[in-house]
Amino acid sequence: MDKRFVYADNAATTRLLPQVLDKMTPYLTEEYGNPSSLYAFGQKAHEAVQEARLTVAQRLDCRPDEVFFTSGGSEADNWAIRMAAKQQAAKGRKHLISTAFEHHAVLHTLKALEKEGFEVTLLPVHDNGIVRVDELRDALREDTALVTIMFANNEIGTLQPIGELGALCREKGVLFHTDAVQAVGHVPVDFAGMNIDMLSLSAHKFHGPKGVGALLCRKGLRLGSLIEGGAQESGRRAGTENTPGIVGLAAALDIACERMAQTAPRIAAMRDRLIDGLLASSPRCRLNGDREQRLPGNVNISFEGVEGESLLLMLDMHGICASSGSACTSGSLDPSHVLLSIGLIHEVAHGSLRLTLSEDTSDEDVDYLLETVPAVVKYLRDMSPLWERIVGEDALPASQR
Amino acid sequence: MAAYYSEKVMDHFTHPRNVGEIPDADGVGEIGNAKCGDIMKMYIKVADGRIADVKFKTFGCGSAIATSSIATEMIKGKTIEEALTLSNKAVVEALDGLPAHKIHCSVLAEQSIKAAIADYYRRQGIDPTPIVGELPDPEEEVCHLH
Repeated sequence: MDKRFVYADNAATTRLLPQVLDKMTPYLTEEYGNPSSLYAFGQKAHEAVQEARLTVAQRLDCRPDEVFFTSGGSEADNWAIRMAAKQQAAKGRKHLISTAFEHHAVLHTLKALEKEGFEVTLLPVHDNGIVRVDELRDALREDTALVTIMFANNEIGTLQPIGELGALCREKGVLFHTDAVQAVGHVPVDFAGMNIDMLSLSAHKFHGPKGVGALLCRKGLRLGSLIEGGAQESGRRAGTENTPGIVGLAAALDIACERMAQTAPRIAAMRDRLIDGLLASSPRCRLNGDREQRLPGNVNISFEGVEGESLLLMLDMHGICASSGSACTSGSLDPSHVLLSIGLIHEVAHGSLRLTLSEDTSDEDVDYLLETVPAVVKYLRDMSPLWERIVGEDALPASQR
Repeated sequence: MAAYYSEKVMDHFTHPRNVGEIPDADGVGEIGNAKCGDIMKMYIKVADGRIADVKFKTFGCGSAIATSSIATEMIKGKTIEEALTLSNKAVVEALDGLPAHKIHCSVLAEQSIKAAIADYYRRQGIDPTPIVGELPDPEEEVCHLH
C-alpha cells in the first residue's frame, strides 16, 4: 500500500468536526459579547452558554445547574477531588479511595492531599484492567471521604463498572467522582442513573475544541469555589466564560451522542479487526486490557523485544500517529504506571503501542496499520539484542529457560 | 518529533549504519538491560591494532539507535587506543545534540564500545580493566537518566 497519513491517537486528542467549528465561529467573530453583560448583545452570549449547559445536561442525564464548565478534564479532576476532600475533612473524613491506574490529574492530586494528611487507598485493577466492586466494598471505611475511579482508562481503554461502583457509594453515603474524560461521547454515560456525584469531561476527546471541559456536580453537594472573583458558573468558577469553547463542547457532545449507536459498533469492528490482525501478525505480543470491556476505539498491544519510542518514531516515518507507554516516551525511568498496574514487567511495558481509532478512521487506514505495524516491529526486532535473546530462550527446552 | 531530535539523530535512526552482527567477531560487548529499556551490543573485528569492522544491535529508543550507529562510524578504521578515547560527549556533538534526558544513550554507546574492546583484550588473555577501566555490571538493574 502507498504511504498514507493515519491518525491513530484519538485518545490523545481528536479532530474538531467542521460542524462544531461552524457552531463556534459566530462566538469567535460577531457574537463576541461578554455573557455577564446586561445588554442584549451580552445576553445573546449568555443564552448560548445556557443552551450549551442544557445540552450537556440532557445528553448526560443531569440537571443544567449541575454543569460547571472548566478549562478541561484535568481542571475538573483537580477541582472535584480537592473540594470534596476539603469538605469531607471538615466532617473528620480523611480517607480517599482510587485506583492504581488513574490519570495523573487524579493521582497527583491525591498525592498532594496525602502530604496534607489524607490517607489514600489505591485499589488494584488486576490483569484485565478492571476494578472489582467487592474490593471497593472492602476498602470503604467510616472515614472515607471520596471514591474516585475513572470511567474508562486512557491507555488500555478498559471500562469500569461505574453503575455498580456508584450504587455502592450511594448506599454507603460516600461521595463518588469519576474521571470520564475518555468515556463521554464514546460510550453511554448516565450521571443520575449511575449514581455519580461528580464527573469530569473534556471536549477535545470527542471532536470538540481544546481548552474546555466540564465538571458535573450533583446538586446539594455545595461544591467549593475553584476560582474567586466573579459570579460565573454559579460563583464557583470565576472568569469570563469561554463562549465559543462551551458552545463547541455542547455541539460536539450532541453529535457524538446522536451518532453513537451507529459509530461505536463500526469503530469497535475496526478495533477488533486490528487487534486480531496484530496479535496474529507477530509472535510474542499481547493485548493489554480486557478484550470485551473496552472503549470502541482502543487497541493497546505490547510487542516484546522492541522499545516503544523507536516504534513510534518509525511509525511516524510511515505517516502513522500512535502512542506508547514506554519510559522513553515519558522522559522518566519507568514505563507507564497503567501498564505496570495490570502486571506487565518493565521490558514488556516498554514495547507497548496504543492505537486509538475514531469515526474518522477508515477500513483502508486499518489495512495500512495491519501492513505497516508488523513490518516496523520486525525491522526493530531484527536489530534488537533483546529480541535475539528472547528467540534464543524460546529455542531452548523449557527446563533450561 | 522532527523538532524533538536533530536531523542527524533522525538520519542515523532511520538509516542506521553498521547494523547487524559479526559472526566471527574478535570482541563483543553488551551494555544496558531490558528493564531500563535499552541494550546495546557491539561487535568488533580487529586487524593490526585497528577496528577493521564494527557492527551493532540495539534495543532502545530512537536516540539509543542513533548513538550506536554514529559511534560505530566514529570508531571504524581507528586504532583501539583511538576508539577507547571516544567519549559520550563527542557522540552527542556528532549528532548535533540530544535532548537532556537522552544523554544517557550516548553514555551507553561509549560504554558498549569499551565493553567490546574489553572482551577483545580478555580473549587475548589480557586483563582489560587497567586499559579500559571499570564498566557497569550488565546484571545491575539500576536505570539511569544521565
